[in-house]
Amino acid sequence: MAADKVDPIHQFHINKLIPIDIGGYDLSFTNSALFMVTTVVVAAAFLFLTTSSRSLVPGRLQSVSEMAYEFVGNMLRDAAGTQGMKFFPLVFSLFMFVLVANLLGLFPYFFTVTSHIIVTFGLAVLVIATVVVYGFMKHGFGFLKLFVPHGVPVFLLPLVVLIEVISFVSRPVSLSVRLFANMLAGHITLKVFSGFVVSLSALGALGVAGSILPLAMAVALTALELLVAFLQAYVFAVLTCMYLNDALHPGH
Amino acid sequence: MFVTSAFAQESAPSADTSHAATEGDTHSGTSVPAEAHGAFPPFDPATFPSQLLWLAITFGLFYLFLKRVVMPRVGGIIDVRNDRITQDLDQAAKLKGEADAAVAAYEQELAEAKTKANAIGQQANDAAKAEAETARKKVEAALDAKLGEAEARISSIKANAMKEVGSIAEDTASAIVEALVGGKASKAEIAAAVKSVAR
Repeated sequence: MAADKVDPIHQFHINKLIPIDIGGYDLSFTNSALFMVTTVVVAAAFLFLTTSSRSLVPGRLQSVSEMAYEFVGNMLRDAAGTQGMKFFPLVFSLFMFVLVANLLGLFPYFFTVTSHIIVTFGLAVLVIATVVVYGFMKHGFGFLKLFVPHGVPVFLLPLVVLIEVISFVSRPVSLSVRLFANMLAGHITLKVFSGFVVSLSALGALGVAGSILPLAMAVALTALELLVAFLQAYVFAVLTCMYLNDALHPGH
Repeated sequence: MFVTSAFAQESAPSADTSHAATEGDTHSGTSVPAEAHGAFPPFDPATFPSQLLWLAITFGLFYLFLKRVVMPRVGGIIDVRNDRITQDLDQAAKLKGEADAAVAAYEQELAEAKTKANAIGQQANDAAKAEAETARKKVEAALDAKLGEAEARISSIKANAMKEVGSIAEDTASAIVEALVGGKASKAEIAAAVKSVAR
């Protein structure tokens, strides 16, 4: 058990809590699912309870909810215009889900939902699918103008279109890998430095004295991870807004 | 580096002790749970269906809850506040206009009152002046009358006195004549003599 705690990969293991197997697929309720539920419940309860008084002059917690709402709203309006506001619930849900999942992951012994690529990839695919489906619904084949920028010489066009297509296809990958890699790397680094503290302390008095350095590092990293947790949620939401803008206005 | 270590784990899932030596302190005694199949957990496809299913369920419910309950509520709170602020600003502007009008009315009334006061003052001044003038004239007339009366009395007294001067002179002259001559002079002679002297 003590050795498990020093292993930086251990925190990413998926454990089945309630085994469910349907049609040969393993759909068990795992610790990952538990923390998805926790994330959703914490975020929804916070937003619901802090705004329940509907005060004209908001208290501290109500201002936090309102700030999050207006922050995402302004972000979407700046990136995609007023037409983009129909995607406000989607972007707000994504932002709150990623933010709360990242923040919850910072608690010791908690599982970080966003440190699994399949989760971030699922969210990224949701965004890109929304962009593609809405783009074709609204503009039909005009949506393909997205890949043909204005004012490009004809002989360069095949190359430019190829680059645009590649950049569009790589969007879900970059969107998901960015979040996943940040959370994974941050938690591994944090765990490695914390592990140093435990390992060094086991070596006796000199080791305890020497463990001060990695301890200070772990504290500093925790602060950094707090920033990264917010920043990655923000980046995810901003990129979602920009991609949605492409669905609304495909001509560059 | 961690990715490569993950693949190292995958390739040698049961050889914990052998790769622990190469990985260093932090990995010593790694025990891989059975369901992880030794793969680096985030890349273990065995967990994908379950994670995707639960992500879809939880995120779907979260999306619906936010869209149906939370966002209308927060949006409503912010809208109500903005309406209230606009309303309050309008009311403040209206009240300010009223206050300005009241100030203007006050100033106008003040100016009117000032001119009125000046007029009243002027009128009072004129009336007082006229009254004083008539009073002065009355007093002067009274004084003039008194002066005339006094002069008349003085002249009558003077005339009386002059009349009595003649008789006194006659008496005195007859007394002197009597004393000097010892005879009696007739009254008419004495009167004629006095008259001629007095002339």
